[in-house]
Amino acid sequence: MNAPTAPFQTYITPPHPRALSNGKFKITASGVDVHYGEKHAIKNLSIDIPDRAVSAFIGPSGCGKSTFLRAINRMNDTIPGCRVTGDIEVDKHDIYDPKIDVVQLRAKVGMVFQKPNPFPKSIYENVAYGPRIHGLAKDKTELDQIVEQSLRKAGLWEEVKDRLAQPGTGLSGGQQQRLCIARAIAVNPEVILMDEPCSALDPIATAKIEELIDELRQNYCIVIVTHSMQQAARVSQLTAFFHLGTLVEYGDTDEMFTAPQEKRTQDYITGRFG
Amino acid sequence: MSEHTVKSYDDDLTQIKTMLAQMGGLVEQQLDDAIDSLTRRDTALADRVIQNDERVDVLEHQVEEKAILTIARRQPMARDLREIMVAIRVASDLERIGDLAKNTAKRTHAMSDQLPRKLMAGVTRMGRLAQVELKNILDAYSNSNAELAMEVWRSDEDLDALYNSIFRELLTYMMEDPRNISLCTHLLFGAKNMERIGDHATNIAENIHYLVNGKPLGEGRPKKDVTSGMRVEVGGASEE
Repeated sequence: MNAPTAPFQTYITPPHPRALSNGKFKITASGVDVHYGEKHAIKNLSIDIPDRAVSAFIGPSGCGKSTFLRAINRMNDTIPGCRVTGDIEVDKHDIYDPKIDVVQLRAKVGMVFQKPNPFPKSIYENVAYGPRIHGLAKDKTELDQIVEQSLRKAGLWEEVKDRLAQPGTGLSGGQQQRLCIARAIAVNPEVILMDEPCSALDPIATAKIEELIDELRQNYCIVIVTHSMQQAARVSQLTAFFHLGTLVEYGDTDEMFTAPQEKRTQDYITGRFG
Repeated sequence: MSEHTVKSYDDDLTQIKTMLAQMGGLVEQQLDDAIDSLTRRDTALADRVIQNDERVDVLEHQVEEKAILTIARRQPMARDLREIMVAIRVASDLERIGDLAKNTAKRTHAMSDQLPRKLMAGVTRMGRLAQVELKNILDAYSNSNAELAMEVWRSDEDLDALYNSIFRELLTYMMEDPRNISLCTHLLFGAKNMERIGDHATNIAENIHYLVNGKPLGEGRPKKDVTSGMRVEVGGASEE
């Protein structure tokens, strides 16, 4: 694998994760540190994330998993006092290069949040907004097409096609979350980051999102932060366990949940953590 | 291993382990009694073994129920998950060992008093060896000791070797005098039962290895029981 060598270490338990069948890492990070003012939130973290697979980040609250997730599309830039050092590359391009267009980056690396946050606009406008500002459609017909395709991919089209003009906020929680996924997909991203996308949803809405994640991984690199161990085991091919700002263990999900290598991983996923 | 944040989860796992210890103790007793009953031709003891087998079966069901309930309630992961899966498998191996002990005891009734002592000796010796194997594997399981389990796993070769020689010996007696056939057949089944008990002990050993290391035992066990290919040639004449 093309992991960075010393002085950084990438903690992939198997040297060749099974999810890397197509042989490509989408995101590579090495020696990443994140500070919030005085607080050292991420410590010398290195990780390679494969394309077309779901990688799950797990760990107790405050372990740095969401912080690292937000570093992947520079969402931390908006937080005062936050400093990110080290290398994070998406497709071998340094995303902290001063020359990079952050708006373009966030289109390429989309994000879905814990609470569904549709714009206070119509369902149609929620999805059409991104393609419009990025100039992805040359006329109304093309925009309609993008909206329909995105809603179809997000598994929402059949439920909303007759009420596209109604406000997105009027949908149920699970539908709103799928609307947010459609919104993220509409701008042709390559990576989709999800920060606890199901924690505000009921089990059925959760199952629909998980089904959707499983379909989306055919075409995208997906990284999901979750507090549900069962969810990580269900949806991901790789799992990374974070603790106190470090990556403790990262490997094939099948092995992480049956026979993890590190005692701390074992203690956390079996519910023994102090 | 340190404790779960949820204390009752530890209780669930401890209970399963306790039930298995109970089951193991009972099966050990059953095997001991079965060998004694056969050796001494004590039919009363044999009947007791036959009756007590039901208690082993009941315990197996209890282990299974508790394990399924724990899976449903706790969604165990990693070592906990292996612990439960292995408990179910060990319970099933112990139940089978119980059955084999019962079957051995049953044969006491078919033994006549005129049975030559030396015929019995080999089977008794196998029985004692199987008992040692069972005791050690139960110790290995209750202490999650993979090294001890592997020792037992390797030692099963001795039982196989003994079985091969007893098989040969009994065949010889049968050829010498056809009146021995009925008795020798029962003894042969008795010996086979002991050999099978050894196999169940090695199954348990493999499961302990998986429990501790998280990986199944790769290599196949060298199987030294060759009786399935053994032929008897009457009067020394070649059959070809």
